Amino acid sequence: MPQLPGLVKGLGVTFKTMLAGAVTVQYPHVKEEPPSRARGVIALKEENCTVCMLCARQCPDWCIYIEGHKEKRPPRREGGKPRTVNALDRFDIDYALCMYCGICVEVCPFDALFWTPEYEYSEPKIADLLHDKERLGEWMQTVPEPLPLEVGAAKKK
Amino acid sequence: MTTIGERQQAAYVAAQAADARLQVELQTEQMTLNLGPQHPATHGTLRIVARLDGEQVVQADVVCGYMHRGYEKLAEVRNYPQITTLVNRIDWLSSFANEVPFILAAEQLMEIEAPPRAQYIRTILFELSRIANITLFIGEMGVQLGALTPVFYAFRDREHVLNLIEGATGGRFHPNYDRIGGLKDDLPKGWIDETRSVMKRIRDYCDELETLLMGNEIFDRRTRGIGVIPADIGLSYGLSGANIRASGVDWDLRRDERSPLAWKDCDWKVWTHPDGDCFARYWVRLQEVREATKIVDQLLDGLPAGPIQAKVPRIIKVPAGEAWVHTENPLGEMGYYIVSQGGLGPFRCKIRSASFNNTSIVPWLLRGVYVPDIITILASLYFILGDIDR
Amino acid sequence: MLAIDVTTYGWTTALKTGIVLAVIPAAAIVLGYTFLLKMMSHMQSRLGPMEAGPHGALQLIADGVKFIQKEDIIPDEADRRIFALAPLVVILSTFLLYIVLPAGPHLIVQDLDVGVFFALAVSSLSVIGVLMAGWSSANKYSLLGALRAAGQLIAYELPLVLAVVGVVVQAGTMSMQGIVAAQAHGEIFGFGAIGNPFILTQFVGFVLFLAASQAELTQTPFDMPVAESELVAGYMTEYSGFRFLFFFMAEFGTAFALAAIAATLFLGGWYVPGVTGNAADVLGPLVLGAKIMAVSFLIFWIRFTYPRFREDQLQTFAWKYLIPISLVNIVVTGVLKVVL
Repeated sequence: MPQLPGLVKGLGVTFKTMLAGAVTVQYPHVKEEPPSRARGVIALKEENCTVCMLCARQCPDWCIYIEGHKEKRPPRREGGKPRTVNALDRFDIDYALCMYCGICVEVCPFDALFWTPEYEYSEPKIADLLHDKERLGEWMQTVPEPLPLEVGAAKKK
Repeated sequence: MTTIGERQQAAYVAAQAADARLQVELQTEQMTLNLGPQHPATHGTLRIVARLDGEQVVQADVVCGYMHRGYEKLAEVRNYPQITTLVNRIDWLSSFANEVPFILAAEQLMEIEAPPRAQYIRTILFELSRIANITLFIGEMGVQLGALTPVFYAFRDREHVLNLIEGATGGRFHPNYDRIGGLKDDLPKGWIDETRSVMKRIRDYCDELETLLMGNEIFDRRTRGIGVIPADIGLSYGLSGANIRASGVDWDLRRDERSPLAWKDCDWKVWTHPDGDCFARYWVRLQEVREATKIVDQLLDGLPAGPIQAKVPRIIKVPAGEAWVHTENPLGEMGYYIVSQGGLGPFRCKIRSASFNNTSIVPWLLRGVYVPDIITILASLYFILGDIDR
Repeated sequence: MLAIDVTTYGWTTALKTGIVLAVIPAAAIVLGYTFLLKMMSHMQSRLGPMEAGPHGALQLIADGVKFIQKEDIIPDEADRRIFALAPLVVILSTFLLYIVLPAGPHLIVQDLDVGVFFALAVSSLSVIGVLMAGWSSANKYSLLGALRAAGQLIAYELPLVLAVVGVVVQAGTMSMQGIVAAQAHGEIFGFGAIGNPFILTQFVGFVLFLAASQAELTQTPFDMPVAESELVAGYMTEYSGFRFLFFFMAEFGTAFALAAIAATLFLGGWYVPGVTGNAADVLGPLVLGAKIMAVSFLIFWIRFTYPRFREDQLQTFAWKYLIPISLVNIVVTGVLKVVL
């Protein structure tokens, strides 16, 4: 014959939870804030980009499409040769392929890519998930400041 | 913790009777039942073809591979940071735990050691992944048995652990945080206090589930004496993790294997249970979650200060050689065998995943059991399809 | 008395039938919303449906409309006529249950002398419907579910009936209004203000009745026939659209009716101390409704907390525990009735 206490105590747990209230939020009306480091979308700071192609090469999915051309700029000092610089024509990230791994942000030597916690950019058409240069530049406004680190962390030089 | 000698015997006799029945010509027809690949009970796309005689299983076959993604082939054409990203997705409930043995193997080949702070934080995140994984099991075993509520509590309290992982790494499910030589970033301010309060919450959740599910007499009746795995048979099939500890084998790679991670620096216990039935596996995992919260608390107290990354070259080329590293993942023993020929990526990366071996015992285990017990046994073995099929 | 005025009888019967036909879906919706949607959700730390109507009150109506407009799919190898008849048989048994439920001194469709006996007898008609559903679906899962259901429902009929026998012995009558009257005019140790609800003396019977009705409704912990994580939906697997709606309404309609029977037999039914006559006709349904909610709360609370029994454990529980206890209950009640 099953003893009662275990069965009855279980009922107590569900009863208490019923009175404790719900933990869910009703999404479209109430939105939760993701943490500052959350990987929502990648933003591009165009002036820093030198078209080195490291991000496109290291991406595991090959979802970054970059095109650039070389142009000549005036020399830095008087009497010098004109400098050849890379100029960015096209920088697209295809978020339909992106794995949100962050390798591109990490390997960029010139700090041109940043993570932001924005996540509400779903589209009815898959083709619209290809974000071009302008759109990636707009995401820069949502990039948060890097967080202060915990006690014991080594100071960044 | 009672032993169930009688029930074990009865189950054995039933299995033998089922075997005998195969040889006898009966008037009744046997029915072939297909569980899966789309089925609410199997955790993903697993297919079990069972021949039933009434409600008892005469023979069962496991058909896996519906989720094979070709990890080992993918690893041949990618470099180490890219593989770290991919490897997250093998056992997706405890992603960080998949990265660790891979990175440790690469570090072993490069003869680099990560600084102590990085090792501590790696261990903390490893245990957090363990908590995230097993708290779900504790709730979800209830669903397989018919209790609909515990799994909601599991998701509710696991959410806090996922938020912690997201706060530190940026990704809830796929952190991609481990790097050769250390970790990607240090922890954000306030993370340690938050982790302490979340650990307390997980302990409360374990107590709640112990009252709600484990103390329930119906649960007791459904799981005791079902799916008994004797220790020697379990070992011969290659079971690992909580499955084999629940059969009385005192084996835990965190304690028994030399590893640069920080488990040796804290005081913790390996839980075993002599019975080897479904209840034992549930009990062992519940205790493991509690133990994991204690490990995390101790590690947080003793967290050393210092850098988070050792000096590594910008382009990582791992010297030629072979390395095998295995760790005690939440599902069992997971290991990576990396063969490197000095390139940017491994020449060959063999992944030994825990669930593949854990599932190999299913045909042996399912002889002579009733149909509802199939579900109970599958639930208690706790495999993740990504882990079986890779 | 053969000279019955047929026209009045015809009109009153039609009216009563109409009311019952309207009450069943309404009961299903109210019970379904309160307990299945809201109580279950809050026990699981979530809110439940909130969009359709204020706090999701119209969700079930939206679901009903959705079910009605779905395509009527019958599997190729199914036996079409029996497949179509099965839900009707189940809902017929529910409908017949409502004939003897009293909601007030004059609010009963027909106060049969064998009211309780009739109710329990027709509630077992649903077994036929379940078997028809499982067999005609041409699906192994459905067949397994139907066979389990048949075994379970028949096994738990006995504790249901035997638990009620104690009440009948104590009340001295099988008529539902008579049982309410016996509780209304009874006394507890000479204190007659609130009557004598039989739950006090027949507590064992009440628990047995709840357990058996939980099994009759195939609800956890006795929901092997509809074991969601194993057999998808048991005997209801192949049913979609309005046929599934019939099963759903039948399940919740029966839950409402069984809770009403429990409230009438054990909690005093529509009786409110001190209110008689026409006021009781107005207040009675409300009081009965409140008591039904209380009993349903217990039934659904147990449903959402416990895992399910395995089939053989289920049968063991019925035959080796519930039936002997109910027999002992009857003996003790009979002895005390004669002695006291």
